[in-house]
Amino acid sequence: MNRIVGWIVAFGRFWYHFIIGDDWTVAAAIAVGLILTAILNAAHIIAWWLVPLIVVVMTGLSLRRAGRKT
Amino acid sequence: MTGPAVVLITTFLASMVEAIEMVTIVLGVGATRGWRSTLIGVGAGFAVLAVVVAALGLALSQVPIGPLRLIVGALLLVFGLQWLRKGVRRVAAHGLAGVGMHPEDEPPEWNGVGFDWTAFVLAFKGVVLEGLEVAFIVVSFGANANQLPIAVVGGVGAVVITGGVGIVLQRFVTRIPRSFLQLVVGILLTTFGTFWALEGLGVDWPAGDGAILGLLVLYVLTAATYITIERRRAFGFEPAA
Repeated sequence: MNRIVGWIVAFGRFWYHFIIGDDWTVAAAIAVGLILTAILNAAHIIAWWLVPLIVVVMTGLSLRRAGRKT
Repeated sequence: MTGPAVVLITTFLASMVEAIEMVTIVLGVGATRGWRSTLIGVGAGFAVLAVVVAALGLALSQVPIGPLRLIVGALLLVFGLQWLRKGVRRVAAHGLAGVGMHPEDEPPEWNGVGFDWTAFVLAFKGVVLEGLEVAFIVVSFGANANQLPIAVVGGVGAVVITGGVGIVLQRFVTRIPRSFLQLVVGILLTTFGTFWALEGLGVDWPAGDGAILGLLVLYVLTAATYITIERRRAFGFEPAA
């Protein structure tokens, strides 16, 4: 039983590190960006630029935060 | 009816675009994280592909690939961004000092014991998604032109030849410093992740597949800009007044 629980915890931890990593705000911003893109696309508004813009901005913000910590 | 040569060339070239994306991901992940788990991921990906293709056959073209593109693309995007940030920080800190250094002298990205699930998942997803796209191309071109065996030769030939080129390139890629390689792979995963995730949402990219190159240029410029900013911050350089 303990082995199964341990396996589930390890599995969850793996996906947490894979998706969230060291900065949850980046993953959250990408998720919001994808949802907004879907909404805009459904309304026939050109939206391909939104996620790349979020990538550029969030990378800068995340690097700045990491720089302050060190 | 379309001639066999046209079907062969069309499926070969269309499949090659997908195969290049597949091999790029596998090569980058293998060189950065190690080959054992990456190649097991590749093997598992091809095994799943073989089962799916054998089970569905021509019905494969009816499978909606959009949701798969969205899930795989979003996962590659968030993971690729982590490597992009790490790569920017490391290259900003050490420059390209590792160039010329023996790869074994650098700390590996992953040195745990046992199985590297990250390498496995990245390689597996790359192979399954791109392999399915090759299978779709083969089925749609082949069935529409009533030349399925020729289309299969075109698709499989593209994957085998691109894979062979990847094996040759592997020797050179492993000589690149790991910090710089992590930055390059981070940029590539972010590029493909952005492209696939938005395609999965049904977004029409300007210039179609050509948008991949546009995204690549944007993210390379972004990384170069942030490396400059990080170096200024770390070494206290102030812009001239």
